[in-house]
Amino acid sequence: MYDLIVVGGGPAGLAAAVKARECGLKKVLIVERSLQLGGILNQCIHNGFGLTYFKEELTGPEYAARFIKQVEGTDIEVRTDTMVLDITPDKTVHMVSPTLGYRAEQTKSIILAMGCRERARGALSIPGTRPAGVYTAGAAQKYVNIDGYMPGRRIVILGSGDIGLIMARRLTLEGAKVLACVELNPYSSGLNRNIVQCLNDFNIPLYLSHTVTNIQGESRVEKVVVSQVDDRTKAPIPGTEIEFECDTLLLSVGLIPENELTRDAGIALDPRTKGAFVYENMETSMPGVFACGNVLHVHDLVDFVTQEAQRAAEAAAEYVLKGQPSRENIIDVRTAGGVTYTVPQQICPENLKDEVRVFFRINRVFGKSEIVAKLGDKEIKVFKKPFMIPGEMQNVSIPAELLAGTHEDLTIEAREVTEPAADNGEVAK
Amino acid sequence: MKELICIVCPRGCHLTVDENNGYAVTGNFCKRGEVYGKAEVTAPVRVVTSTVAIHRASAKTAPDAAGGIEARCPVKTSDAIPKHLVLDAMQQIYAASVDLPVHIGDVVIHGICGTGADLVATKDILA
Repeated sequence: MYDLIVVGGGPAGLAAAVKARECGLKKVLIVERSLQLGGILNQCIHNGFGLTYFKEELTGPEYAARFIKQVEGTDIEVRTDTMVLDITPDKTVHMVSPTLGYRAEQTKSIILAMGCRERARGALSIPGTRPAGVYTAGAAQKYVNIDGYMPGRRIVILGSGDIGLIMARRLTLEGAKVLACVELNPYSSGLNRNIVQCLNDFNIPLYLSHTVTNIQGESRVEKVVVSQVDDRTKAPIPGTEIEFECDTLLLSVGLIPENELTRDAGIALDPRTKGAFVYENMETSMPGVFACGNVLHVHDLVDFVTQEAQRAAEAAAEYVLKGQPSRENIIDVRTAGGVTYTVPQQICPENLKDEVRVFFRINRVFGKSEIVAKLGDKEIKVFKKPFMIPGEMQNVSIPAELLAGTHEDLTIEAREVTEPAADNGEVAK
Repeated sequence: MKELICIVCPRGCHLTVDENNGYAVTGNFCKRGEVYGKAEVTAPVRVVTSTVAIHRASAKTAPDAAGGIEARCPVKTSDAIPKHLVLDAMQQIYAASVDLPVHIGDVVIHGICGTGADLVATKDILA
């Protein structure tokens, strides 16, 4: 009988396993589908990881190595090349691997850390033929950075998510010509710094409010047609077509938490995040099963994944060592004013230690704005934000004492602060 | 006045650099933004990350068949190098390779492009 089985050996799973062992869980197992630990970080060879958590700038493999070394320094058991097939309500984890065959392992607690996968062409309904040369950006990233193959020579990228932007630079450095990065929305969904250092540095044009409206080619992509879209309806505007002769189209159009196991286990999923509903301690609707990282909601920064995984691990340890926390008084976390979701979705105020950190995203670009936390109609805390973009996850920390004893739902609301006329000596931007 | 977006961290501060006032930086949240803003206008630098080929004993077979997982070893410049040297650095990186085992921090190219920065491995690859 294990104290904890962690499903997934990427950044979330690694941090969770190490933390759980530190918190006193003795028998911990990490189950990883791939041949090695580290997850997607292995192919994210660019730098920029760890600025928050390690206070230094690391590449993806270096960030993963910090945690892999910690795991190797403990008696945490690792099974790579092992696929979890099913999680049953009695907390049996069914798995299969080439070396061990089929195994059913019982455990006192489970942390779900399976990460996410990319949206592919099938999710987009782009008209045109079905030639070779259409890849998701992450698949292309693996071919280039791990396998050592170039996916193409003349490339158009649809979507301005971070992976797409990173691949625009990467492929350019490897000698490909990236003709355009095309984004449906009037803003990029990637981090500002990636627009600067991946597109602007190499004069790669970013077409905002545009999308791919046709893919042409017989056996291989030969041409991609891009059209401007109406910002409100997102419908292509006839007459605005631009044709790009290219051999490759990369898709960087969003990530979907990989929750087949979660769903099959009967755990409640939030249609907004496509991850599990969780309480303040990352516990799902199934007692003793916790979720963290990109399987819970898609993050932009691995540093936050690490911290979330550590919270899940602390809670798993507490569950195993002390028992299920009280779930008598549960309040919902609601959203308003452009906040699209929150994690956690539910809070038990009496279980909070010092604070609860609520993570969320907003649905459009916000200038100077405020995040308001309300209990019922009463504002309990206001957080000022200089600006917010949908590509960057936001968070606010609400002190436990503000929620003590409440039975009212908590609402997280974003509202833009109207700028006063710029006559106060400040330079208008 | 030059407007920039800081790339030091994901916060992405909107900086203004005043060339006529000693490259004074405003709009930065932290000290690093000031350093970046001034450098970006006077002498921009970048860390280069890429991969180099791996020499395996059984190099004729595919990486998986040779017992390894990856065909490439990830690398980075140990420091930021002048931006105008990035493509020159890539020429040297294309030609480079490593023998196994390789460890994080192992130097692959000393003083890349005559800069003070080395090209170093960013992954432990044993086989």
